[in-house]
Amino acid sequence: MSVQTVESERAARAEKLEGLGCKRKRVEDIRFTQGRGNYVDDLKLPAMVFGDFVRSPHAHARILRIDASRAKALPGVLAVLTAADLKPLGLHYMPTLAGDVQAVLAEDKVLFQNQEVAFVIAEDRYVAADAAELVEVDYEPLACIVDPFKSLDPDAPVLREDIKDKMEAAHGPRKHPNHIFEWSVGDKQATDEAFEKAEVTIKELIVDHRTHPAPLETCQCVASMDKIKGELTLWGTFQAPHVIRTVVSLISGLPEHKIHVIAPDIGGGFGNKVGAYSGYVCSVVGSIVLGRPVKWVEDRMENLSTTSFARDYHMTTELAATGDGRLTAMRVHVIADHGAFDACAAPTKFPAGFFNICTGSYDIPTAFCSVDGVYTNKATGGVAYRCSFRVTEAAFAIERAMDVLAQKLAMDPVELRMKNFIRPEQFPYQSALGWEYDSGDYHTAMRKAAAAVGYEKLRAEQKEKRDAFLRGETREIMGIGVSFFTEIVGAGPSKNCDILGIAMFDSAEIRVHPTGAVIARMGTKSQGQGHETTYAQIIATELGIPADNIMIEEGDTDTAPYGLGTYGSRSTPTAGAATAVAARKIRQKAQMIAAHMLEVHEGDLEWDIDRFRVKGLPEKFKTMKDIAWAAYHDLPPNMEPGLEAVNYYDPPNMTFPFGAYICVMDIDVDTGVAKVRRFYALDDCGTRINPMIIEGQIHGGLTEAFACAMGQEIRYDEHGNVLGASFMDFFLPTAVETPVWETDYTVTPSPHHPIGAKGVGESPHVGGAPCFSNAVNDAYAFLNAGHIQMPHDAWRLWQVGERLGLHH
Amino acid sequence: MIPGAFDYHRPTSVNEAALLLRQLGEDARPLAGGHSLIALMKLRLAMPEHLVDLSGVDGLKGVRREGDDLVIGAMTTQHDIIHDAMLAESLPILRETANQIADPQVRYRGTIGGNVANGDPGNDMPAVMQCLDARFRIASPDGEREISARDFYHGAFDTELHRGDIVTEIRIKAPPRGHGYAYEKMKRKTGDYATAAAAVILTLEGGRCARASVALTNVADTPLWAEEASKILAGSDLGKETLDRAAAAAEAITNPASDLHGPAEFRAKMAGVMLRRAVMRAQARAKA
Ligand SMILES: Cc1cc2nc3c(=O)[nH]c(=O)nc-3n(C[C@H](O)[C@H](O)[C@H](O)COP(=O)(O)OP(=O)(O)OC[C@H]3O[C@@H](n4cnc5c(N)ncnc54)[C@H](O)[C@@H]3O)c2cc1C
Repeated sequence: MSVQTVESERAARAEKLEGLGCKRKRVEDIRFTQGRGNYVDDLKLPAMVFGDFVRSPHAHARILRIDASRAKALPGVLAVLTAADLKPLGLHYMPTLAGDVQAVLAEDKVLFQNQEVAFVIAEDRYVAADAAELVEVDYEPLACIVDPFKSLDPDAPVLREDIKDKMEAAHGPRKHPNHIFEWSVGDKQATDEAFEKAEVTIKELIVDHRTHPAPLETCQCVASMDKIKGELTLWGTFQAPHVIRTVVSLISGLPEHKIHVIAPDIGGGFGNKVGAYSGYVCSVVGSIVLGRPVKWVEDRMENLSTTSFARDYHMTTELAATGDGRLTAMRVHVIADHGAFDACAAPTKFPAGFFNICTGSYDIPTAFCSVDGVYTNKATGGVAYRCSFRVTEAAFAIERAMDVLAQKLAMDPVELRMKNFIRPEQFPYQSALGWEYDSGDYHTAMRKAAAAVGYEKLRAEQKEKRDAFLRGETREIMGIGVSFFTEIVGAGPSKNCDILGIAMFDSAEIRVHPTGAVIARMGTKSQGQGHETTYAQIIATELGIPADNIMIEEGDTDTAPYGLGTYGSRSTPTAGAATAVAARKIRQKAQMIAAHMLEVHEGDLEWDIDRFRVKGLPEKFKTMKDIAWAAYHDLPPNMEPGLEAVNYYDPPNMTFPFGAYICVMDIDVDTGVAKVRRFYALDDCGTRINPMIIEGQIHGGLTEAFACAMGQEIRYDEHGNVLGASFMDFFLPTAVETPVWETDYTVTPSPHHPIGAKGVGESPHVGGAPCFSNAVNDAYAFLNAGHIQMPHDAWRLWQVGERLGLHH
Repeated sequence: MIPGAFDYHRPTSVNEAALLLRQLGEDARPLAGGHSLIALMKLRLAMPEHLVDLSGVDGLKGVRREGDDLVIGAMTTQHDIIHDAMLAESLPILRETANQIADPQVRYRGTIGGNVANGDPGNDMPAVMQCLDARFRIASPDGEREISARDFYHGAFDTELHRGDIVTEIRIKAPPRGHGYAYEKMKRKTGDYATAAAAVILTLEGGRCARASVALTNVADTPLWAEEASKILAGSDLGKETLDRAAAAAEAITNPASDLHGPAEFRAKMAGVMLRRAVMRAQARAKA
């Protein structure tokens, strides 16, 4: 055979595997697109009953009396649970992931509107909803706190009476009954000195407003207690099923092996489905009390107004630089509004998540950041909405601040960024706030992005349009938004990441059957990310078995190995790594078996796509399929039969995906309506496992970023009434509003990840929000508008026009 | 999101439906497409004990011409309006408006009768009906009557309809051939009610505006026929100064709520902006 034929034969074999780099179609879509997914609400069990909540109409009120007698008298009602019923079981409060406790059902006070007050269980959903209306609750309304800047006022009402005297909490001392924690990183003194000496400084209050992840499937569960066996099965929309099992065991006292947690198909999570909610606890208690399965399904308004908001970070951001634009220091102080309970989902030692990634992609020699978490009369959460913990907030602060600085220096924002990027030779790079960035080539990415959109030309066009606007020839202004983000994902190394003491490793268990078919299980849980497709591709390349012959399973705690779940773009960096490592263990054993079969020494073999062949004798080989068969009947002496491996992967470091985004926007000054003309996204997530899935993730993440930047929010009025918690008001863009996304990439593999992959699902959200906001700010910059806060919905931009006197 | 209990009735004639509604009293409501009513029921903002479904009632669907009038059956869906050839020819503003209501799924079920009878200031058709000076034909156990769209609305969910009343059809005198029209709606996204919207019908003669009618959506607790603004436009050259005056006159009669669409002052101003844009588009479309 000629060299060429050999190579094309090898290429054909590789292609058949549909391994790394293949645009393999998502296997899960076969069922999703035909309505054959299997979601929690599809589950129907014999004798199943339904739970529904009675919720508080007030943001802050004392509960004077709860009378459930009328509700209990309604035919079909089986039970009405209140805090008084849960208290003897010690279940009226549950622990949060952030080291706080949260009321399962309000005991003597409600602390946010729609807080859970009673749980009605009835034969069907209709009766449950009717009965919930019949539960009478008397309240004495109290003064409430909506503005987080007022939480720590000396005369502020005390919200959390349950912990009012506990001045030392999970994250250290508290300075006020409404204070949760103060968290700081960096060298304060050196930073203050750098600011004193700085030639140029900027300071801006940059607000990343409160919003909600809003997955289309709301949170829900079915709890089924088998009293004979003493076993509890809990089906639910869980991004982290194993952690839920441990938490249920810890708070219920049921032994962990008698709890089965199953997360079936999940219709989107985006951080909403990491935590534990009152609905889960009440369903479990209900099932234990009644001995019947209890289903609880949140409706849309409950989802948007109670389970896990995101953001609400008020970031006073300062940069110091030399006169020619070299950054010398950064200082940030954050007021973090956590709502009524600290149910922020982050590694336990990180009350502000990884906010200290806020130095971004820049070589900033000195920095200091501090975060004060405070209670308000709002819903709980602070979850990572399609981002690693508080990384969207951090990226927003630095990327907005860079533009503010560029404007002050009269420098182009691309030029300012290029000047300050961490240089390729500085990797692994130690940031001033304590992270070790694994790899990056920022200059190349930024240059490629600028070239792709014709950046210079766009600036020229913008100049013309600005002149035309000033001459009164047009009512449209043009903005060019630039953002360059560095994410920190893949939590995380056991040296600093744990949840309730459990190190944040993840796992894979791979079993090759005699015919060469594979089943593999991971500790993560897809909510639409396509794990069944991509993990199989990793194994396909590592083992030379076609991806179609590999089945991936997640979500059942009885069968899957323990893992910490899927959020914070951690699946590929952790379970993806575990998958590659476990597969390599299998390949090692396969090599021994092949050597035995071919009667050569192991060292005489080399791996070739789907087979081991004898070096120099390519026609002497054994395919993985042959070896799999042999593993069950023709083994080397003394070798254990079978072909399987497990890996629990404790990552040595996080991974740091990055990207360069550019947005072109046109804004109608008279209405404040902004139109995205063009959006270009270059992502570098290291090794690309499935380019099509990556592109899908980028499209989805950008769409959510677009939503957040351009109008999506959870607002409260001054009385703590939550506004707009329905899809009539909450901005969820449809295909009509969504801009066209242009995607691009560079590849800078992670040096410490077994296949060099970094995780990508959340990058577009992190990089997108500042890009849209920078575009809006850039549009108005020539009119000296100052920093314009998100969200940029039409009326707010119209108000900017009013303020600037543009409407005549 | 779970409605209270109700009984369902399915009459087959207008008479039967009207009698049922009268008999069942205050707790009965006619049901058309259900895309306003059922949503309110799921939120338990409406808890009718009886629904009288009009979809089995004969003769409430379709579009026909009667003399100078176009007659549209109350149960004609928004989807049907969009695809009706006669309307496309004679009353294209209806199609333009219907296309901006909700989304295709809602338009397959939502009816024009339900849209005008509902009384929600967010509905788009009522202002268009006022702009066109439409009349609603109403049947009740006591007989039939006709009410002008301009007299029909008293407040949010408060209309001329009484217990036992059913809107059976809408009658519109078609504007002259070659008229200009536009429905300009500002909304945040597909499926959203208007932040503000303006409907304009005008005719041109020798380059000037001969006749004009303007109405506004969702900037008060009822649709607003902007009589003063209409007068300012009629007979004018539709120049900038006229548009300024007409917009100011329109803004002056608004009284919008502050909500998530924006504060009241913004929505009032948007009524003016929508009016200007509607007039300019109508003018460009009109044949002089
Ligand atoms: C997501 C969504 C978005 C929407 N967006 C818009 C929008 O942008 N613009 C807009 O205008 N509408 C919008 N709607 C409302 C939609 O157009 C409704 O279909 C319409 O308002 C009511 O028509 P219906 O046939 O569905 O009536 P129903 O909901 O059945 O009835 C509405 C009310 O009118 C009464 N009624 C109905 N028919 C008659 C009759 N013949 N005689 C007497 N009373 C009657 C009913 O008793 C009820 O009180 C939206 C709806 C949804 C779900």
